[in-house]
Amino acid sequence: MAKILRVSYTVFLFFIVALASFAENENHDNSEMASEEESFDALGMIMHHISDSHYWHIISFEKKDGSHTEISLPLPVILLHDGTLSVFMSSEFHHGESVVKKGDSYFKLYHDKIYFTNSEGEIIKDEEGHPVNEKPLDFSITKNVASMWMSALIILGLFITAARKYKGSPSMPTGVQSFLEPLITFVRDDIVVEQLGEEKADKYMPYILTIFFFIWVNNLIGMVPVFPGGSNVSGNIAFTSILALFTLILTNINGSKTYWKHIFAPPGIPTPIKVMLVPIEIVSIFTKPFALMIRLFANITAGHIIILSLASLMFVMKTYYIAPLSVGLSLFMSMLELLVGLLQAYIFALLSALFIGMAVKEEH
Amino acid sequence: MYTAIGLGLIVIGAGIGIGSIGKGAMEAIGRQPEATSKIQTAMIIAAALIEGVALFAIVLAWLVA
Repeated sequence: MAKILRVSYTVFLFFIVALASFAENENHDNSEMASEEESFDALGMIMHHISDSHYWHIISFEKKDGSHTEISLPLPVILLHDGTLSVFMSSEFHHGESVVKKGDSYFKLYHDKIYFTNSEGEIIKDEEGHPVNEKPLDFSITKNVASMWMSALIILGLFITAARKYKGSPSMPTGVQSFLEPLITFVRDDIVVEQLGEEKADKYMPYILTIFFFIWVNNLIGMVPVFPGGSNVSGNIAFTSILALFTLILTNINGSKTYWKHIFAPPGIPTPIKVMLVPIEIVSIFTKPFALMIRLFANITAGHIIILSLASLMFVMKTYYIAPLSVGLSLFMSMLELLVGLLQAYIFALLSALFIGMAVKEEH
Repeated sequence: MYTAIGLGLIVIGAGIGIGSIGKGAMEAIGRQPEATSKIQTAMIIAAALIEGVALFAIVLAWLVA
């Protein structure tokens, strides 16, 4: 029974995180940067690569006659407008060139966002170049969502395979089990038991293990430069904010009497100082998960930006002589990012365990 | 341009902070090698908290720019 609960809890976690990533964050419109056709728009390329998309880009190239060809996997678009749900593939947009008519509404894709338009597909812009058209509620399976489901399937596959081997009489770990067992015992002994203590560890093990492996696998998939990888899932603020929200909720619903007392009535402190201290303590309930959110988002996004900037050095400087530097530094940064991917998963799990541990601690 | 100067100042501050944590941890490990794992955990937590402040500042700098 407990096992079924644990499995359904994990599935529920993935589901909520998946839903949350439907909400996309705003990205800036860099259309003015691309005005000169010859100059390479590094910022636009980088922003395109780190932001979410309705296509899963595979490869784009220029044919001999100069026409630009882009091969990408279309993804399902799910829109809620005027109480109706429209489901279609993003290939109907033809990379933003076509207007799609569903019911009485017309939609157009503009810089990876879907807008209501008139039948001509006009996008009206304000002085700063931002579109002012209304947006429908967008529940699409975007690149980030699809990539996250892929990593969820990878984790499920690995862990179910490993878990099956623990049935029956104990034997030497083999295969994927011998890879995962040290990692799981590391999370248990060095993160959960250390911060929460032996008796409370079992309750929070599933959560800490799940966020550790989910963040790590998503970080690693983000480092794969070719097709099924390369999406910036853990560098998406919606993704990290939901993970941080889980920590916030778990910390506060499990908070002991001591935890709340230390926030609202810190013992042994004179009243005038309490007046100053209590608001700070209340704010710090929210700043701790907020820092978790920003830390993961900023670290992973910064890593992607740096690697892409190094890769575009050659095109910005228009010389081959920079290539050794560009490739060497990219290699170095990629290696560093592999470490950072693990380190950030570890820090997220460790700090989550620490915050929960501080909250559940009883009076000593 | 002011954003760039601000970002530089943020990095200097965070660098000094994390650097002195690393120094302290290394000295502590040198004195007590058997407590290495505990010192490392505490070091990473302290470094992560400083990094958190620096990242807040960087995000604010982006938003203001």
